[in-house]
Order: sequence, then structure tokens, then C-alpha cells
Amino acid sequence: MSGKRLSEPLLGVVGILLFLAGWEAVPRLGLVSARFLPPASTVLVQLVNYVGQASFWGDVGQTMLSWALGLAISIVAAVVLGLTIGSSRFLGRATHSTIEFLRPIPSVALIPLAVLLFGIKMESSLLLVIYASFWQVLLQVLYGVQDVDPVADNTAKSYGLGRIARVRYVVWPTVLPYLMTGVRLASAVALILAITAELVIGSPGLGKQIGLTQSGGAVAEMYALIVATGLIGVLINVGVRMVERRVLTWHPSVRSETFA
Amino acid sequence: MSLVKRVAYFIGLPVLLIALWWLLTLGPTNFFVPKPLKLAETFWTVWASDRIRTDFLPSIIRLFIGLAASIVLGVVLGVLIGTYRWLRSLTEPILEFFRAIPPPVLVPLLMLLIGINDQMKIVVIIAGAIWPVLLNTVEGVRAVDQVLSDTSATYGITGFARLRYLVLPGASPQIMAGVRQCLSIGLILMVISEMFGSSSGLGFTIVLFQRGFAIPEMWSGIAVLGLIGIGLSFVFRGVEGRALGWYHGLREMQRDS
Amino acid sequence: MTVNELTLTKTNPVTETNGSAPSPMLSVQGLKKVYQVGDGEIEAVRDLTFDVAAGELVCLVGPSGAGKTTLLKCIAGLLTPTSGVVQLAGKTVTEPPKAMAVVFQEYGRSLFPWMTVQDNVELPLKNQRVPKAERQQLVNDALAAVELSHVPKSYPWQLSGGMQQRVAIARAVAYKPKVMLMDEPFAAVDAQTRADLEDLIRSIWKKLGVTILFVTHDIDESVYLGERVIILSNSPTVVQDDLTIDLPEQRDQLETRSSPRFTDLRSRVYEQIQLAKSRALTGPTAVPRKNQKP
Repeated sequence: MSGKRLSEPLLGVVGILLFLAGWEAVPRLGLVSARFLPPASTVLVQLVNYVGQASFWGDVGQTMLSWALGLAISIVAAVVLGLTIGSSRFLGRATHSTIEFLRPIPSVALIPLAVLLFGIKMESSLLLVIYASFWQVLLQVLYGVQDVDPVADNTAKSYGLGRIARVRYVVWPTVLPYLMTGVRLASAVALILAITAELVIGSPGLGKQIGLTQSGGAVAEMYALIVATGLIGVLINVGVRMVERRVLTWHPSVRSETFA
Repeated sequence: MSLVKRVAYFIGLPVLLIALWWLLTLGPTNFFVPKPLKLAETFWTVWASDRIRTDFLPSIIRLFIGLAASIVLGVVLGVLIGTYRWLRSLTEPILEFFRAIPPPVLVPLLMLLIGINDQMKIVVIIAGAIWPVLLNTVEGVRAVDQVLSDTSATYGITGFARLRYLVLPGASPQIMAGVRQCLSIGLILMVISEMFGSSSGLGFTIVLFQRGFAIPEMWSGIAVLGLIGIGLSFVFRGVEGRALGWYHGLREMQRDS
Repeated sequence: MTVNELTLTKTNPVTETNGSAPSPMLSVQGLKKVYQVGDGEIEAVRDLTFDVAAGELVCLVGPSGAGKTTLLKCIAGLLTPTSGVVQLAGKTVTEPPKAMAVVFQEYGRSLFPWMTVQDNVELPLKNQRVPKAERQQLVNDALAAVELSHVPKSYPWQLSGGMQQRVAIARAVAYKPKVMLMDEPFAAVDAQTRADLEDLIRSIWKKLGVTILFVTHDIDESVYLGERVIILSNSPTVVQDDLTIDLPEQRDQLETRSSPRFTDLRSRVYEQIQLAKSRALTGPTAVPRKNQKP
């Protein structure tokens, strides 16, 4: 084979450049009207503009606040509920049908309710974020508890370890990888719901700005904000994956994501 | 577990919750929460009517087209990207970026590019629902067992046959997990695409009710969404159970050992 | 069965070339494999040269880490050697050859879990577009040969380890290869099952007249099974010794294994392996066959 194989990160950079080049070329060549699709350079300039504006960062902060708060609340709730349900066979069986019923209900169904209850305040976003993230984490915690080795648990029981101690020494280490998977999934979902709530309902944040720029015809600004949202999403994904790896490096069994 | 016990567990908590709901709304009508009977009644009047034709069906049809396209495109692209290492390296950063964009945010963008019509709504669904299928397919294709791959090579199972007998079946558990997420995302996007400047559809109808403060009607709309979600989940589980029977059997064996 | 009984010469259907020695079915010449690891290199296999005649059952033994799997993968066409040549029936092997079937050690991972036993055995034939009726016959015969005619519709993971390996063997048998490569196929199986499977291999070998190259780390197994035992050195691997097994053709787990000749040969192999473990040979050596028949 002629030539050295391009190293992988290099190929990635090439990919990004190709994409940007395409984005620049298409509107400039008139394939799509520049009014609807401004060239990459215009959008990036606008993005840089935003970075210098305090209001932009205010919006980012708002979105991040909804995201972080909603995520935190849902994780705590899901862990507590998940461990409780998982620890008792009766509870597990009794709640199974209800969980299977409620879980596929799309979070957007709650939008009208959120508007009724909280109007356009941040609490609307929170409601949606918590609802959606909660299920992600809960399910993973339940999978984790299911995976607890009954032999280990029985051994602990026979040594007189009470319920709390067993949760700490037997259940928790098993559940942790699953929990991390749940947190990873929930982080992405939480961002989506936060932005969606802001966009559709108008609660404060980046999503609301995107809606405003769209209705105000500020096209390049809209694109710039969308790019910003994407970048935030990438940062969150990468960040969570790093945390996951750190938390689980000393864990002997780094599990792969449970299917379905 | 006997049948009686199983039924009891199944309807126990739901019945309890509904009873609680009924009790709590016994007094004068609450603005936010309708009484259970009133909700059932409203549900019937609102939805067992022309609405099925004008709002429900068009939405569902768009949903199915969007989901089907997402799954097919996701698998095809996923197989390509998963098979060719250079292609994966080339596209990875861009894909990572696009998948991080919250799909609803694309609605204003697509409205601009395509206009407010059926195509836009379907594209919105695809733009969000394709990601779990695509990414999971890539992972599934990459994770083909080395020994199985060697075995196939020694028996001359290459090219298309390899895809058909080795890669796709091997990746199917992963792909199915992606399809499951695809279904829920697709439903969400279907609703959202209709909340903006649309004039028909489920999302539009629910927002209409909410804006008009027709609360029981609004709840009935929410109930419809919930039922669609449950219905999709049901169908999915049926299909997955048949297609992945071998996989569940295999895992059960491994778990027992 | 006395120690003085010589091995009967088998008449094999081999390509004859004017009275000179028939060309070998499998020929490995100067095989060398070097791996690039980080900044340096690892020479897994230094120089392997040996032949396998058509219809022979040859065992390859060596200490752990002797590059046996590397060698097998090169012969199977799954790995490209750094230098040297592998030839199957005179043709150089560059990719997995059609006339060869491989049975791997990890039976659990070499059978398709989404296919039934029958489908698994049938697949290579289906891929070769063998017509359905003929396929069916071959599959049934193969399953009968490994005594698994009663589980065609089961899934591999529903079967025990030994049965799974039988399925893998049936698949190879149905394929009707000229050469069967077996990479420590019974290492992951319990001792009792291993004994049954060893006898199964010998019976299949005799019935089909197929050439078998059997890699193992089990010394007793290599002597029990093989007509010839090739002993590999430690990595970087060369052929350390090449032993003809002059045990009788009819072998039996109890009698053969307790015969004095078996013990002799076994000790010989064991000595060689100990030697291999304790020193690294420098320089290539193609060791001539011992006990060469006149």
C-alpha cells in the first residue's frame, strides 16, 4: 500500500475541515440560498461575537443551571427509589407494571402541564428535565440491583450484615457501573429537555434565545447559537465519559452498557 | 407464580393510584386535575371523532415514515462506518458534534430550509431518531467476535454473506437497543415538530387545548401520547422478543452458570 | 500389540510424481512471523519448516507461548507471515484456502449463537452454493459421525462444551476439506469428554482419509493421537524435534496409554519440551524426521 496510513486523529481533523469547507461552499455557490443557510465563516464570526457578550453567557448559565439542578435531583431520586424497589422482591413485582406503563410516556407530553403550573419560569424546564432524566437513571439502577450476585448477598447476610451494610458493601459496588451508564444517558437527555423546554415554552436559557432569533429573522445568530448548543453537548458527553472512566477505573468489572 | 397472583401484581399499584386520584378529586373540581370519570368521558368525545382522521392519523403516519427512514438509514450508514476504519475516523468528530445538538433545536433551522410542511416534520424526526440507531450499529459492527470472524474467514464466508450471516445478526442486540431509543426520540420529535406553526396534528392539538385552557381536553391529549408511547413499546418488545430470542436464551444460560 | 510392531504403511490417494516421493499435502517452508509492538519487535516464530503428507495425522506440541497459534493462523491464511511460505497441495496460501477447515479451541465463540446446530453445520455448504438435497445429506452424515443426530434444532449454547465442540467438528467434516487444522480443540473440555473426542477424531480421520494438523499442549494427547509429533521450541519458534509415533493403528484409551512404547514416546516428547523450555535455540534448524522408514 503506497504511503503511510493517516493516523486516526488526523483523519478526524480532515473530516471536520471537509465538513466546514462544504458548509462554506454550498451557500456561496448558491446551491442553497444564503438567506437560509449562511456560510460557515459568517456563523463562526457570529459565534465569536456571542462569546464576547455577557447576555450570551447569562443564557448559557441559565441552561446549565436547569440542566445541573434537574440532573442532580433526578439522580438522587432515582437512586433512592431504585435501591428501595430493588431491595425488595415484593416492591419490584408490584411496581413493574406501573413502571413499564409510565416509562414510554414522552416527556413532551408534560409541556402543557408545565406551562399551566409554572408558566415560563425555570421551573418548567426543571419539570421536564427531572421527568426525563429520572427514568434513565432509575432503569439503570434497577438493572444494577438485578445484577447483584445472590451468593455474595447471602454470604453477607450469613455474616450478620444488616440491610444498610449490605447495600454499602454488596449492592453499591455492583450498581455503580450501571449508575454511571444511567448518568451518562441522563446527562445527554437532560440537556435535550432543558433546551427543548426553553425553546417551546420560553423559559430562560439558550433555547429561548434560539426561538427568538428564529422568529426575529436573525438567521446567522440562530445558527451560531445552535452550534454553541452542540459544542456544549459535546463537552458534556466528553466530560461525563471522563468522569465515568475515573470513577470506574478501580472497579474490577467495567461493564459494557446493558442492551435494552 | 399463579395466574391470580400475577394479575394482582400487574394491576395492584395502578388500581391503587387511580383510586387515590379519584379520592383526591372528590371535592369541587380542581382546575389542574380533572376527575377520572370526567377525563375518560372527555377522552372519548375528543378523540373518538373526526380528530382521528384530521390529527391523529397524519401524525402517526409521519411518525412511522420518520422512524422507518431513521432505522434503515441508521443501519446502512452504521454498517458502512463501522466496517471501514478510515471512514469512522474521518466522520467521528462531526458525528459526535451533530448527535450532541438537541434535535428540537433543529426545528427552527429546518423550518427555514424546508418550510413548514410534512417533509420538514419527517426530517426533524429523522434528524433526531437516527443517532441511537447509527451509533449503536457502529458499535455492534465493530464488536464482532474475533473467533467467529476467523471462523467465517476460513470457511470462505466473505463480503455480502459475511454481512448477512455474521455482522448483522451479531450486531442485532446492539441495533435493537438503538431502535428502542429511536422510537422514544421519534415520538418526542413528532410532537415538537407539530407545536411550531403547524395547523394539524397531535402536538398542535394539545397546544391548542392548553392555550385555550381546555384542561380535561389537554389531559386527554397527553393520555393519547402516553398510549402511543406504550403501544410502540409493546410492538417493539414483541418484535425484539422474536428477533432476539437466541440472545435472551444465551444470556440466561450465561447468567445461570 | 508389541513394541516391535512397525507402523503399517498407509496407501494414500496422493498425487504421484514419477516414482519420487509424493508431494506433501501441506508444506511449511521457512515460516517466520515478527510482530511490531510499540517501538520494538517480537519474533514469535523464527523458522518453521515441515511437511505433512496427504492423509497424515500430525500433532504439534510445544511449551506455552511457543507461537503455536501464530503458526496455525499463518497456515490457515488468517495471518500473513513475515517471510516463508505455506503451501497447500502445491499452491501458496495467501488467504484462507477453500480446501481447509479449522476447528478452534473456543467452541463457544466459533459457533454462531443465532443459528441452530443444523444451520451452523450447513452454513459453509450453503455459502458454497451446494444444492439443498446434497447439503441436507452431508449435514445429516456429519451429525451422525459425531453422534449428534438428536439435536439438530438446538442452539449451540443449549449444549454442553463437549457437544459444542462436536458441532464444530461436524461442521468441518461436512465441509469435506482436504486438510483439517485443529487448534487445541480439547483444551477447554473436561478430561472425560476429551478422551471421547480424541477417539472421535481418530475415527473420523480414518473414515474420511483427511489430512489433520492437530495443535495441542497436552503431551499424552499428542502421542495418543498422532502418527507423527512435531515438537516446537520456545519462542522464537523453530522445529525442535520430529518424532514418528510407531504405535499400532488401533488405539485404545486404556490399553494404548498404558503400553510401554507409549510411555517411551511420551517421555521422549516430555524431555524435548523441557529442553525447549530451558533454552532458546539460535539459528534455524530443519530437523530431519527421526525413525525414517527406509
